[in-house]
Amino acid sequence: MSLILGPAPHTMQQGDTGAFMRQVVYATGPGLAVLTWIFGWGTLINVLWAVIVAVAVEALVLTMRGRDVRFFLSDWSVVVTGLLLGLSLPPTSPWWLTLVGVAFAVIVAKHLYGGLGMNPFNPAMVGYALLLVSFPVAMTAWIAPFDVPTFSESVALFLGQASPDAFSGATPLDTFRTWAGDAQALAGHDILHGRIAGRGWEWVNAAFLLGGLYLLARRIINWHIPAGFLAGLALPALAFWLVDDVRYADPLFHLFGGGTMLGAFFIATDPVSAATSNQGRLIYGALIGVLIWVIRSFGGYPDAVAFAVLLMNLAAPTLDYYTRPRTYGHDKPDRGIG
Amino acid sequence: MLSLLRGKREPIHDFPGGIHPPENKARSTAAPIRPGPLPHELVLPLNMHVGAPARPVVALDETVLKGQLIAESQGRISAPVHAPTSGRITAIEDRPVQHPSGMTATCIVLEPDGREAWAELEYRPDWAATDPAALLEQVRHSGLAGLGGAGFPTAVKADPGEDTRIEQLIINAAECEPYITADDRLMRERSPGIIRGIRMLAHLLRPDEILVGIEDNKPEAIQALRSAAEGTDIEIRVVPTRYPSGGEKQLIQLLTGKEVPAGDLPARVGVICQNVATAYGIYRYLEHGEPLLSRITTVTGDAVSHPGNYEVLVGTPVKDLLACAGLDADRLGKLVTGGPMMGFTLPEPAAPVVKTSTCLIASTPEELPEPPPEQPCIRCGACAEVCPANLLPQQLYWYAKNDEFERAQQHNLMDCIECGACAYVCPSHIPLVQYYQYAKGEIRNQEAETAKADRARQRFEARQERIERQKAEKEARRRERREAQRRKQEAAPSGDDGTRSDAAVQASATSAGGGSAASGGSDGSGSGNGDDESRADERARRMKQLKVTYNKANKQWKQAQAAFNKAQRDGADNLDQLSANVDKLRTRADEARAELDALVQEAKTDVEAATGRDLKTLKKEATDAELAARRKAKEVQAAREAGATEQAQSLEREHEQLRQDADDKAAWLKRVMEEQGMKEDE
Amino acid sequence: MTILTAIIALLALAAVFGALLGYASEKLKVEGDPVVDQIDAILPQTQCGQCGHPGCRPYAEAIAAGEEHNKCPPGGEQTIQELSDLLGRDFLPLDEEHGEEDVKRVAYIREDECIGCTKCIQACPVDAIIGAAQKMHTVIEDECTGCDLCVEPCPVDCIDMVPVEETLESWHRERPPGVGGRPETYIPVENLA
Ligand code: SF4
Ligand code: SF4
Repeated sequence: MSLILGPAPHTMQQGDTGAFMRQVVYATGPGLAVLTWIFGWGTLINVLWAVIVAVAVEALVLTMRGRDVRFFLSDWSVVVTGLLLGLSLPPTSPWWLTLVGVAFAVIVAKHLYGGLGMNPFNPAMVGYALLLVSFPVAMTAWIAPFDVPTFSESVALFLGQASPDAFSGATPLDTFRTWAGDAQALAGHDILHGRIAGRGWEWVNAAFLLGGLYLLARRIINWHIPAGFLAGLALPALAFWLVDDVRYADPLFHLFGGGTMLGAFFIATDPVSAATSNQGRLIYGALIGVLIWVIRSFGGYPDAVAFAVLLMNLAAPTLDYYTRPRTYGHDKPDRGIG
Repeated sequence: MLSLLRGKREPIHDFPGGIHPPENKARSTAAPIRPGPLPHELVLPLNMHVGAPARPVVALDETVLKGQLIAESQGRISAPVHAPTSGRITAIEDRPVQHPSGMTATCIVLEPDGREAWAELEYRPDWAATDPAALLEQVRHSGLAGLGGAGFPTAVKADPGEDTRIEQLIINAAECEPYITADDRLMRERSPGIIRGIRMLAHLLRPDEILVGIEDNKPEAIQALRSAAEGTDIEIRVVPTRYPSGGEKQLIQLLTGKEVPAGDLPARVGVICQNVATAYGIYRYLEHGEPLLSRITTVTGDAVSHPGNYEVLVGTPVKDLLACAGLDADRLGKLVTGGPMMGFTLPEPAAPVVKTSTCLIASTPEELPEPPPEQPCIRCGACAEVCPANLLPQQLYWYAKNDEFERAQQHNLMDCIECGACAYVCPSHIPLVQYYQYAKGEIRNQEAETAKADRARQRFEARQERIERQKAEKEARRRERREAQRRKQEAAPSGDDGTRSDAAVQASATSAGGGSAASGGSDGSGSGNGDDESRADERARRMKQLKVTYNKANKQWKQAQAAFNKAQRDGADNLDQLSANVDKLRTRADEARAELDALVQEAKTDVEAATGRDLKTLKKEATDAELAARRKAKEVQAAREAGATEQAQSLEREHEQLRQDADDKAAWLKRVMEEQGMKEDE
Repeated sequence: MTILTAIIALLALAAVFGALLGYASEKLKVEGDPVVDQIDAILPQTQCGQCGHPGCRPYAEAIAAGEEHNKCPPGGEQTIQELSDLLGRDFLPLDEEHGEEDVKRVAYIREDECIGCTKCIQACPVDAIIGAAQKMHTVIEDECTGCDLCVEPCPVDCIDMVPVEETLESWHRERPPGVGGRPETYIPVENLA
């Protein structure tokens, strides 16, 4: 017989990183469904393709790095990366666009930094930013809500055999940015006047909010980042909207427009690249929110989740440094350079 | 207002974090406390407590009585050891002890005789009337040491120092670790004794408040304590069940809201915390005179058929206790001592139960399974949320993993209480605590090394200084003497004697490397250079001379030194003169020695040239041969004594060979040296 | 005109700052050479001379004067790293010429072979060997730095450098095997009833 020797503790909670990541995958379900309902099959195809590419590239890179492929795939993190990127891409994206984005995200943003846990930037957003900068036209071509292409049209778009021009229409954020300051034009655009916010997009965001609340309830994420994020976006929006409601969009429009909820609950909460102390997370989220509002209101891009998140990824270590909690038995927190 | 606050029975404070692991306590609380086995030997480590190990005061084969002192404490932080039963001391030797490394430590081994004959006990039923200081002295001899598992000598803890006012005496009855129920059962069955023990502690410490902290998962124990404490000023405070509420620092925080400053003791904030079992031990000691001979240990886990609490004699080997509890060895996976959160796996079941053994878990592999392999940290922060010390375990992990110990210390690694809450919740199954233990150990060893380096630096500098000083002194003396000589010369310019001796001194003063003329016999150095033979001869002659000079000077110097010392002791008045004489002779000896050394060096070089080996190798070979021969001789001797004649004979033959070899080598060495004009120098 | 003003302003500024710097360097001057002290504090104080200097302090002075900081085998990588951090120099691998990093050792004198020649006492840089002429010598283990200097002079080769043994106090858990590994080990146990 033999005795097992091992370090304390000798008992552990159920669950592992894979389960944790799978919860995230499930929580995107409502959002994905609504996206498909409003914008057609394109998003679903994108997501499937992105996940397949992500897993394949990950397996390839792991093999090249001489790692145990099955073990590292079992953490499901690459599935989440692919999924989030797929969800962010326009439903008209051709296959190569997704391929380039996902491959870049996995190879450069993740593995070149040492793999899961070591990447300073959110890989999905790195991929997204690369695509946005390199292929701005393809990346901003969205379909007008409820103006859904058929399945075969979607497949044709995916295969690059059809031009997205036939379907594309501006998003609410885009429209507002174009006509901001012109009260008449704003009133004239139907897309800006949905039930809560921009047409179609309000439901997408509501669905992601639902998924996010599920994650909160399952304690997969904690409230600091989303709360900070939403407050950081809504408060300046509210203040400026009160001052000038023609030039600036109202807070609900911001909260339920574009990638807000996806960003707040799924992207900014990626634990690897976010701040880790609770206080730090609150600040991190809030600053992302503010940055998004600033870029949406004054910047050159209609939406800004990716850039805001990446910028704050840069700031996360510093935030961590300055927001360390006070350790038991110490008079004050040990912060700052030292 | 104050009384209103006092009246409040529930804790009004909280500690951050904490977890709720499955308790698994029910199966060991069912049965009452049972007596443990009487094994065929008891193994008593000298270091069952924190601090200096005790020193044995018994001899081998001595018969001891139950309760007799067998090892006394050494130093302030230490605790004595008593014989848990009567019997005979069969060994004092290294035995495996309860330590995660499986290493051994010195233990006293006692063979029980089964008579249970008690030594004479000294008890103090009048403790309430005794002066606390005297009582404390008494407690020092009780052998009690933190029965909750920490093992800090109780008497040391109960002595916070004259000027420390104790506001709260906290009795730790939380028992927050899963599986362990020893304190629970003790409180259910022996509450009156516990309460008396607490009152004794209070008598020693004179606190403003006495609080007993107990988790709300032990209703029977709470009931028993409450009724026993009726009418005293002891408050039973029930705290919610949450691991690690029983950690000393956490319990203090829960009950008083105070935090123990980092790196300090609770007494600093006016709190003393003692375990319930310790309180009970004090009661047994003061009212019945019994030192710590046994303790209540929970034996549980799926691999034993009679889980429960056993009153075990200290020193009982773990395997005997397990056998008594019905161990099914085939099902055993991990054998954990202490709780499943902070305990460690025992590599050696022969190790004894000690004063700090709260619990033994004989688990099956399904019960406490192996964790899955470590996955990368995803910085989810689950660990930070449960850390009771408010640390950032994910950062500590990062630094410990990369050996960035300084950063880890900046993140207060040293304040980690190793409770394991972080590792319990980590979804990536990272053995976080092991990383911290590794880093802490490295840091401690590095600190020890730095301290040693500092000491080495001091010693090195002191030595350097000494050598400098000696050199300077010598130089000064030499100069002085030359000065004196010159003056003398000037005073008597025609003195024949003076000139000659002056020349001699001059010569030897400068002769360290050169071979110039010296007193006794001059030689045109290097005159016989052409011929090796004559050169060696010449050198031999010169060496002999120098040796004589040296030996004479050395002897004279030593005599002079002795005379000087004696004079100094007697307080004679010609000290200066004597001292000058000593110095003169010593210089002469030194100089002869220096020249001699130079010649030996030269000879050594020639040896090498002649034999192709350096002298050292030759010598080493000779010594090795000699040693081998001697060793063999010893073996022969041993074999003879053991009566193995045949073996002795064959060994004898081998010895003869070796002897021969050694003699040959020695002879050769001698010849070589003689050839080169060297005698065995010392 | 403007150019003139600019030049004058710059000159004035230069003068002011120069004066300030001069004043500061006078006022804040530190006695001794703290860099050497700091370097010396990092060096392991083995005093073995493997770096080519007669002790740690001289080597510290040499490093301060610009010598490479990778010549100390007893200190090993750790020391090099610390020195790099202190001096802002690049990390260099240990210079193998001066020896390799080894486990910690202390000298041990096989006492029944010792002839009491005192040669080792003279060699020991930290006075860690005690004994008198013709009497057997012994090493104070706690003070021995493991420098090796006493081994060579011994005429009967009775000094061994033995690895420092782990004690219950110095033992600590090893670093876990890392991502993908399990910290568990199995040990066979026979002596269980
Ligand atoms: S719980 Fe584990 S995975 Fe999560 S941050 Fe802490 S160490 Fe990393
Ligand atoms: S083991 Fe240390 S770091 Fe982990 S939860 Fe406990 S105190 Fe905090």
